[in-house]
Amino acid sequence: MAIEIAQLRKSFGRNEVLKGIDIAVEDKELIALLGPSGSGKTTLLRIIAGLDWPDSGRLEVDGADWLSIAARDRRIGFVFQHYALFPHMSVRDNIAFGMTVRPRAERPGKAVIARKVTELLQFLQIPHLADRLPGQLSGGQRQRVALGRALAIDPRVLLLDEPFGALDAAVRRDLRSWLRSVHDASETTTIFVTHDQDEAFELADRVVIMGEGRIEQIGTADQIHDHPASPFVARFMGATIELPVRIAAGRATAPGIDTARIERRALPDGAATLFVRPADLTPVPDPAGLWRVKQVTSTGALLRPVLTGPEGQDIAVEILRRAAPNLSAGQSVTLRVETGTIFTETPPGQRGQAGQPSEINAIPLKEKQK
Amino acid sequence: MTVASVRIRPKRVLPGFALSLGTTLLYVSVIILIPIIALVISGAGIGWDRFVRILTSARTLDALRVTVLAAAIATVINAFYGLLMAWVLTRYEFRGRAFLDAMMDIPFALPTAVAGLALTSLFASTGWFGGPLEAMGIQVVYALPGIIIAMTFTSVPFVVRAVQPVLEDLDPALEEAAKTLGATPWQTFSKVILPAILPAWLGGCTVSMARSMGEFGAVVFIAGNLPGKTEIASLLAFIRLQEYDYRGASVIALILLVFALLLLLISNLFQIRAARYREGGK
Repeated sequence: MAIEIAQLRKSFGRNEVLKGIDIAVEDKELIALLGPSGSGKTTLLRIIAGLDWPDSGRLEVDGADWLSIAARDRRIGFVFQHYALFPHMSVRDNIAFGMTVRPRAERPGKAVIARKVTELLQFLQIPHLADRLPGQLSGGQRQRVALGRALAIDPRVLLLDEPFGALDAAVRRDLRSWLRSVHDASETTTIFVTHDQDEAFELADRVVIMGEGRIEQIGTADQIHDHPASPFVARFMGATIELPVRIAAGRATAPGIDTARIERRALPDGAATLFVRPADLTPVPDPAGLWRVKQVTSTGALLRPVLTGPEGQDIAVEILRRAAPNLSAGQSVTLRVETGTIFTETPPGQRGQAGQPSEINAIPLKEKQK
Repeated sequence: MTVASVRIRPKRVLPGFALSLGTTLLYVSVIILIPIIALVISGAGIGWDRFVRILTSARTLDALRVTVLAAAIATVINAFYGLLMAWVLTRYEFRGRAFLDAMMDIPFALPTAVAGLALTSLFASTGWFGGPLEAMGIQVVYALPGIIIAMTFTSVPFVVRAVQPVLEDLDPALEEAAKTLGATPWQTFSKVILPAILPAWLGGCTVSMARSMGEFGAVVFIAGNLPGKTEIASLLAFIRLQEYDYRGASVIALILLVFALLLLLISNLFQIRAARYREGGK
């Protein structure tokens, strides 16, 4: 089912948690809503499920207006963060619940329900747990049961709220690839919420990055990694070093920094900020360099030099020790930028408000990202 | 070299276990256990034949019948009203909720005789409720409905206070899960909420029933106490005592005791059942 969301807004009291959301999700797509806590991603998921209602906007699934349909008639599979399994029912009854509460006329026969539950238990690789109570299961097992219960109603859309949030790292990795295979086999349009970048990029076809109630960027892992659409995304994706630069004829320059490897961009002349990951900066020994090595630490594989700039600012960079030049404290270097992103909205010395869209960087949200 | 084996006594974090347990046991014995044993001995001491004769006398049977019937009806009323009250107190935010919550304890704190007097004056033919009801031909005071009302008043907090904490602990996501799976509000209540609160609810109802059967103060004012019609068992025991018929009194008391213990047993079974799901599900 294709989901079309337009200009969705939602406030809780005076706190506006969704400030106009536009997304188009394609049929059978697996989408991750990624963002820090408080970015509104869970609220968006709950609105799609019908557990919360927006103040304004549109929500259409295959052309049908879902804002006029109650949660129980939407036929969505919702997996709750803490699973919300019914504690007095066995695993089998939990999974069967969605089928047994259907109106009598549509309800499948007992034998049909039992067969379907058995199939699902096989599919989820938990047939041996059929008669246990939820209280007797581990976190990962509960997660599987919760997903089974959601899949049992043949949902139009599968929604998962922090599906792996409460699990330990090993179980998390297991379930991640397992969820991908479940999605591929069931071919259900799926949206899941997470604050874990690895999880989002590894699992999803496209990732929606949210910050403070707005969508910052929609795209694949590579697109978002290489071309962050806003300073917020750049910081969120690990570009923690912000260097003030000047733009002249589309080229960024700064004293003591070698920016030759950065492509020319169609940017207005003037002040701008270059966002770089610590691994994308190489200190090159240069007697005339304006940066000084303050100290060098090594993790064995990586060197972590701390460098002091001409204006006294300290930055920490990361280079592969194998490929590193000889660096020692007090040495003069020039910084070579391997790759980075320039934003003009943040004048040097004044941190821009993350998540505020600028004219230059705001991407047309409904335009499909290739 | 030999090392003498010395038994090391484990130290408890808090000292005084023996002293505090001893005090508790002594207290339980003096206040609760010994009176009950005395009652059993004195009731049993009269011999089986006389016991059965007192028990099966028309007046005793009538009193027991009135008591059990009134208590049962009061419990049914409390079961529904108490559940509703607990629901309102846990599920909705409104002005005066805390006040209403505190009011629920009044029947616990109020002397039952005061409650009986207040109810009697309300429901008497000159009272606010009694007048209109009498005009409709409904006799409350000095009749079975009066006994039921008095019993309801004094025992409803047991149901409310039993259900309330369980409802408060119920994960709202359970109801949301039921909703997304297509359950109607009624199905959500009957299949998800009710099974979760049922043991606590039934437990509260049985304690409420036990309390109703033993209620004395509130009932004697409103019941009229006509032998065979509105005379309750605990009052009959009191009357026997005033007639210096200690044995008759203890037979009736013993029967009430057996009922009460049975109800407590049932209530505890419900609580054990309730504990079964407690650790899981979240």
